[in-house]
Amino acid sequence: MSALLSIQNMTHFFGGLKAVSEFSFDVPEGVIYGLIGPNGSGKTTTFNLITGIYNPTQGKILLDGKDITGQKPYKIVRSGIGRTFQNLRIFSSMSVLDNIRAAKQYRAKSGLLSSVMRLPGFMAEEKRIREESMNLLEVLHLADRADDAARNLPYGDLRRLEIARALATQPRLLLLDEPAAGMNPKEVQDLMKLVQRVRDEFKVTVFLIEHHMKVVMGICERVKVLDFGTTIAEGKPEDVGRDAKVLEAYLGRKGAAC
Amino acid sequence: MEYKPVLQTLKRIGSWIVFPLLSVGDIVGRKTGRNMPRLTLAALGIYLYIYVLGSTGVFNGYVMHIINLSLIYVALAASLNLINGITGQFSLGHMGFAAVGAYVSGTFTTLLFKLNPSVPGAYLVFVGAIVAGGVAAALMGVLIGFPSLRLKGDYLAIVTLGFGEIIRTILNNISYVGGPRGLLGIPKFSNFTIIFAAAFLTILVIRNLVHSSHGRAFLAIRENELAAELAGIDTTRYKVLSFAIGAGFAGVAGGLFAHLLQMAHPTQYGFMGSVMVLIMVYAGGVGSLTGSIIAAFSLTFLSEGLRGVLDGLGELTNLPLGDLRMVIYALLLILIMLFRTEGLMGNKESKLLMLPEDKR
Repeated sequence: MSALLSIQNMTHFFGGLKAVSEFSFDVPEGVIYGLIGPNGSGKTTTFNLITGIYNPTQGKILLDGKDITGQKPYKIVRSGIGRTFQNLRIFSSMSVLDNIRAAKQYRAKSGLLSSVMRLPGFMAEEKRIREESMNLLEVLHLADRADDAARNLPYGDLRRLEIARALATQPRLLLLDEPAAGMNPKEVQDLMKLVQRVRDEFKVTVFLIEHHMKVVMGICERVKVLDFGTTIAEGKPEDVGRDAKVLEAYLGRKGAAC
Repeated sequence: MEYKPVLQTLKRIGSWIVFPLLSVGDIVGRKTGRNMPRLTLAALGIYLYIYVLGSTGVFNGYVMHIINLSLIYVALAASLNLINGITGQFSLGHMGFAAVGAYVSGTFTTLLFKLNPSVPGAYLVFVGAIVAGGVAAALMGVLIGFPSLRLKGDYLAIVTLGFGEIIRTILNNISYVGGPRGLLGIPKFSNFTIIFAAAFLTILVIRNLVHSSHGRAFLAIRENELAAELAGIDTTRYKVLSFAIGAGFAGVAGGLFAHLLQMAHPTQYGFMGSVMVLIMVYAGGVGSLTGSIIAAFSLTFLSEGLRGVLDGLGELTNLPLGDLRMVIYALLLILIMLFRTEGLMGNKESKLLMLPEDKR
């Protein structure tokens, strides 16, 4: 298996605070990869660095061998990385369908003039975008809410809508930032199935941050544990779960006062 | 003027012109599944209706003038709505763009007709000048669009406000365009037909734009800029584009305004003017073109009505009541913000302005 995403020696400072420290790892193509760690350990920062929201102070990020370090977020998205957010960032007063169609904007080729005059080429393209978007909503069981304003959807649906929107950009690598946050056990079950289905159906590599151990242990094929910006363990979920350092990071050292 | 014959004329013209046009448009629209024929024919109907009333004298010159003003405000409010309501970039300098359009086109036609009063194809030259004014304003829009890349909310509002004032001050100090006296002697070319056409075109272009990939990019930026960027949208490009298009239409409206009043004066394009347009956008509903149209008409008529009433009262009581108009506007805006935050229409559109595929 070749590495789809390769991070080399990445370091990032917030002022004097070292948020991520000489971080290196590879995400192989086709896996579901988990990144876990206590609060403030640098998980979301890692995502923000990969998607270009921050520029790393040091180091390189390669997507399929191509250097994407320091590029603008929209360019990184276009080269094949889609992501969701820990706190939802839905286009809430737009319809569910338009949330998806907005993510397909960059693939649309109609110019301003042809759009304004609604020429046949534009109409055909609109029809195609609409069909593609409806298909995507179908797969994620959101098709019957397509015309509703996104803000009227229940929380679980919004989580799925964000995944759908990320998939609409046709990524090769899908970054999920705490997809199970705030979900009830039933929704978590559904989410786990969904992530696996998405990986198989859309042929994407999934890279997720999660606090929910059941999710990580249940679906991730590889797990990396982060604490204070450095890796403390990496490997198969069952091995990582027994690692002494990991237990220490999560539960505290033996004998320490809690 | 008798009341009854007026009403009869209105009815007769309505049943002869407008309703047949509307129903033809409705049928064609339903057959083809497209909204264009319906909207165009409805607009044509409204145009003919007002045109006939104007030319038969049912609407006198004063009423027609206010209608013309309202239509110019429709174009201004709709174009500000693109920047403010649809893309979510708070701009307070919209009249600055209108000023650029007014002065560029006004200088052009004034100069040309001074040199040669009987230029062949004068009307085409005028249309060309209006377009040139629009292009100049659009370029200005690109320029002012750049700060919007770094600034958000209140800070952007302050920068755009400053921009409007800079334009006004510059115009005040260029003696070539009249300085504080204003640019005088602009030929009167604006008439109901061209103003109506421009307002209609503005609405049509912005409506169609909103219902395209480009429009969804604008809306996504308003909703959540970071998420828009991570949906692959080049937010930089679209913010500047929004300013350019909005400014372009404001420039066209400004040009028509100058050629309607036959003069352009720096004070017309000051801060209060921009606020007036902003009130129209917010009163009508942010993001709703229907709302902008309704608000532009009702506020322009209200403004003229108030002028009459307040000046009359002022003369009777010997108080400067004319100045109360701006107080009343401010109160109106406060009341809207308190009791109907989403404006008259919210973000809903009239059926006429909706496309068959969108149900909201």
